[in-house]
Amino acid sequence: MALTPDPAAVKEELLKQFPAKVARKRAKHIVETEGEAGQEIAANVRTIPGVISQRGCTYAGCKGVILGPTRDVLSITHGPIGCGYYSWLTRRNQTRTESDTDPNYMTYSLSTDMQEENIVFGGEAKLKDAIREAYATFKPPAIAIHSTCPVGLIGDDVHAVAREMKEELGINVFGFSCEGYRGVSQSAGHHIANNKIFTEVVSHEAPTQHFPVPEGKFKINLLGEYNIGGDAFVLEELFERCGISLVSTFCGNSTYESLAQARHVDLNLVMCHRSINYVATMLETSYGIPWAKVNFIGANQTAKSLRKVAAFFDDAELTAKVEQVIAEEMVKVDAAKSSIVPRTAGKSVMLFVGGSRAHHYQHLFKEIDMKILAAGYEFAHRDDYEGRDVIPNIKIDADNRNIEEIEVHKAEALYNDRSSPEAEERLKAIDGEGFAEYNGMMPEMEAGVLAIDDVSHYETEKLIELYKPDMVCCGIKEKYSIQKNGVASRQLHSYDYGGPYAGFAGAINFWKDIDMMVNARWWKLVKAPWDMPEDASAAEARMVTLS
Amino acid sequence: MLLRHTEADAPERKALTINPAKTCQPIGAMYAALGVHGCLPHSHGSQGCCSYHRSQLTRHYKEPVLAATSSFTEGSSVFGGQSNLLQAISNIFSIYDADVIAVHTTCLSETIGDDINQIVRKAKEDGLIPEGKYIFHANTPSYQGSQVTGFASMCKSMMDSFAEPADKPGDHIAIVPGWVEPADMREIRRIVEAFGVEVTLAPDTSGVLDTGLTGTSQYFPDGGTTIDELKACGSARTVISLGPSASGPAGRALESRCKVPCEVLELPIGLQGTDRFIQSLSVITGKPIPEQLKWERSRLVDLMSDMGQYFYGKSAALWGDPDQIVALSEFLCDLSMFPKYAVTGTPGKGFMKRMEKACENASGPCRYEEGQRADMHKMHSWIKADKPDVLIGGTHGKYIARDEDIPLVRHGFPILDRIGHQYFNTVGYTGGMRLAEQILNCFLDRQDRDAPEERFELVM
Ligand code: SF4
Ligand code: SF4
Repeated sequence: MALTPDPAAVKEELLKQFPAKVARKRAKHIVETEGEAGQEIAANVRTIPGVISQRGCTYAGCKGVILGPTRDVLSITHGPIGCGYYSWLTRRNQTRTESDTDPNYMTYSLSTDMQEENIVFGGEAKLKDAIREAYATFKPPAIAIHSTCPVGLIGDDVHAVAREMKEELGINVFGFSCEGYRGVSQSAGHHIANNKIFTEVVSHEAPTQHFPVPEGKFKINLLGEYNIGGDAFVLEELFERCGISLVSTFCGNSTYESLAQARHVDLNLVMCHRSINYVATMLETSYGIPWAKVNFIGANQTAKSLRKVAAFFDDAELTAKVEQVIAEEMVKVDAAKSSIVPRTAGKSVMLFVGGSRAHHYQHLFKEIDMKILAAGYEFAHRDDYEGRDVIPNIKIDADNRNIEEIEVHKAEALYNDRSSPEAEERLKAIDGEGFAEYNGMMPEMEAGVLAIDDVSHYETEKLIELYKPDMVCCGIKEKYSIQKNGVASRQLHSYDYGGPYAGFAGAINFWKDIDMMVNARWWKLVKAPWDMPEDASAAEARMVTLS
Repeated sequence: MLLRHTEADAPERKALTINPAKTCQPIGAMYAALGVHGCLPHSHGSQGCCSYHRSQLTRHYKEPVLAATSSFTEGSSVFGGQSNLLQAISNIFSIYDADVIAVHTTCLSETIGDDINQIVRKAKEDGLIPEGKYIFHANTPSYQGSQVTGFASMCKSMMDSFAEPADKPGDHIAIVPGWVEPADMREIRRIVEAFGVEVTLAPDTSGVLDTGLTGTSQYFPDGGTTIDELKACGSARTVISLGPSASGPAGRALESRCKVPCEVLELPIGLQGTDRFIQSLSVITGKPIPEQLKWERSRLVDLMSDMGQYFYGKSAALWGDPDQIVALSEFLCDLSMFPKYAVTGTPGKGFMKRMEKACENASGPCRYEEGQRADMHKMHSWIKADKPDVLIGGTHGKYIARDEDIPLVRHGFPILDRIGHQYFNTVGYTGGMRLAEQILNCFLDRQDRDAPEERFELVM
């Protein structure tokens, strides 16, 4: 069914207020979908100053997103105080230690709190002292240094400091050049973090015998799952029930040890393609571990993703177990759905968030018969919209060029190609995506809706005015503006402090929350009785009941 | 344990800050700028800072916090951010139709050395600033001071940029309210107006960060100090700066620029703090203290004496902004309690002197520190060695509260997990009643929780 107003008209309306140059640029980020592959959208390019975007910085992507959930790597922010302060516990990465004495640094925020003299004379000496003091206080297995904007500018060499401290303290110390001005969004920080996690942890520990080889018959890693609101806990349990051994999650509920063990699996599952595909590729190149795109957001998607794992291993017992778990869970899922769908069917939603969630969450909404009006990512690249086939055609610009591209080689002694054409065929039979394939968000969207990249505040407001959606999903900065319009908003970064939303149990949680949000009584109370059109007799009737 | 690595005998530190009791300048500048009507704060730097500041303010207020950024890339970091700022200015005026843009800098643009004055001049020359619209700015490098410094600098810039000297002073009073909540700003206005004089609060975030739900969103809510009001600050009969750290610079700037006499007071939190504010108002206006305010005072003292036995001798640990800590400390002493520990990351030797004074009547020993490593980790190690009865500060304290089983009264910035701070004032006598009630209930709840059954009391 065609949308009213017509998406083409909406696009025109969105651009009208912009100065001509801005309108020309933004036009490329707004695409009316045709429901098939091959459409192009502009993404991962600079945000225009002054438009008010959702995006954050490289540091946030590195320290906040990728390293944030690893509980026993002690992160030190090298810079003035703010960056470290704002990334202190503000992402909801949950973690669960095995004992009360196991290290967990996630509740701590460490910073060199650079002062003017450090900016003028350099901050390396202070950084070294800070690392020594951090070691004396915490005795961590590893320390990570995160650079903020001024660090790169004044030329502090965090990598040299890391090497020196590693030598001195006898623990692993590594640095990230994740200054906020590199790249155009958080995404650059993911890339920088991926590179270092791989070289400084995974492949650094590969030749050592420090960590045991994990046990299990069907060993996998889950990449790009950050345990927001306990999502990873749900999935850990699900894998266990199926008899699948989850070795390492990048990076939800992870430890240094679990990351170091990543090379021992046979298959990598990629959840958030945007933030972690680099590690997936490097694990493949170095150790011959293939990766498959999965999605554990949405009940059907979860079932499909589990089936992909079963199909890969092609083991009758595993397949039977997976089918049994799916069947058990689907009973609960169907029960929840049938009670919720009558209240959500036909409601509409827009999603502007992240680098994979705007795609993944569409499934959850469709399962309760809600209509997607528009969707877009905050910091994704063209491949996340259009599919990985487009990668060779993506122009490398100055902003991409300043992110270190590392060359990873086959680790000869440890390499073992676990992929096979047969296994790939089995995967493809499930959803058309083989190894290292991701078809992106746009081809999966219905024709005639809008895909909008890096949406601006103005555009969000305008879309609400034009489409009058029942709900808009974004982040904390947008939530309350949206709700001032009397429109429900749920944050898809932090889940509004709810969740988990992953797996079957998560899907049920999510639907309940959506039902609550779109049907809540409070929206119906926004208009005061005196602002309601009503006839005099109704008002009189109320007077009567009062007297 | 949530903070399981914190110990009573924590190693000495001279370089590392752990769990800071402060944050960076721009967020204060942003908060202050939101208190100007029709104003869009603008962060001149990479977009991450702006995103962080907006997020944290939003979490605290559960309200829209609009602000723009220059979105620096590596190129701007090398060549300077002029063209980014010029683009931003043009876009903000044409897309969001702001009346005013309040630019603050970040570590990055400060390190580069961008000259905002010069860029704004260029914007003017290029015709990017429409008739009747304004840009003002403050330099807010985070490698100095703290969020309080940023707030203070933006308030000062309001005076420097807009206040117009007048030949003859008017009757109205200007007040720089300090870093307090929208509800506090309302209360400050009510107190001054009780004297029957006109008052301008600059800035004023009431009506901006505590708006209602009506079904329509506005980029710029109805509240905030207007530019005309800022201009007229120059003809105020007096300016009162509440809180020396956050408001001192603005008041003094107005004094030196427009010869408006400036009086700097501690925040009117608690009994004596409010007493001094009200006495000053009486002196400045030449009017007697309104009966209403006298009555409010008597009610606060009544509460303090009725429930005095529960406060008596109890100790607190405080962290956060110096202005808040100093004023709270004095109030605690008035309640026959004492601030056993206090830390502020906001540097400034004045804090130590002010605390000494505030703790004159303390019923126990007070330990306080300021500066880079006066952080929550250090305070926690003190607490490990010897516990206070209550914690008073922002939400980050809940981790200590749970680990050590000490009640927490949320106060100051940021409060990320409760509401109320934006709606109910803690300044003035009425605010004192609210604070005293919050602290008291902690003690009483605790007693109810911990009392042996035979000593469980119906009446307290
Ligand atoms: S770079 Fe500076 S201004 Fe930006 S968040 Fe960090 S400390 Fe604050
Ligand atoms: S943009 Fe730079 S200064 Fe700002 S938060 Fe990110 S790293 Fe920190």
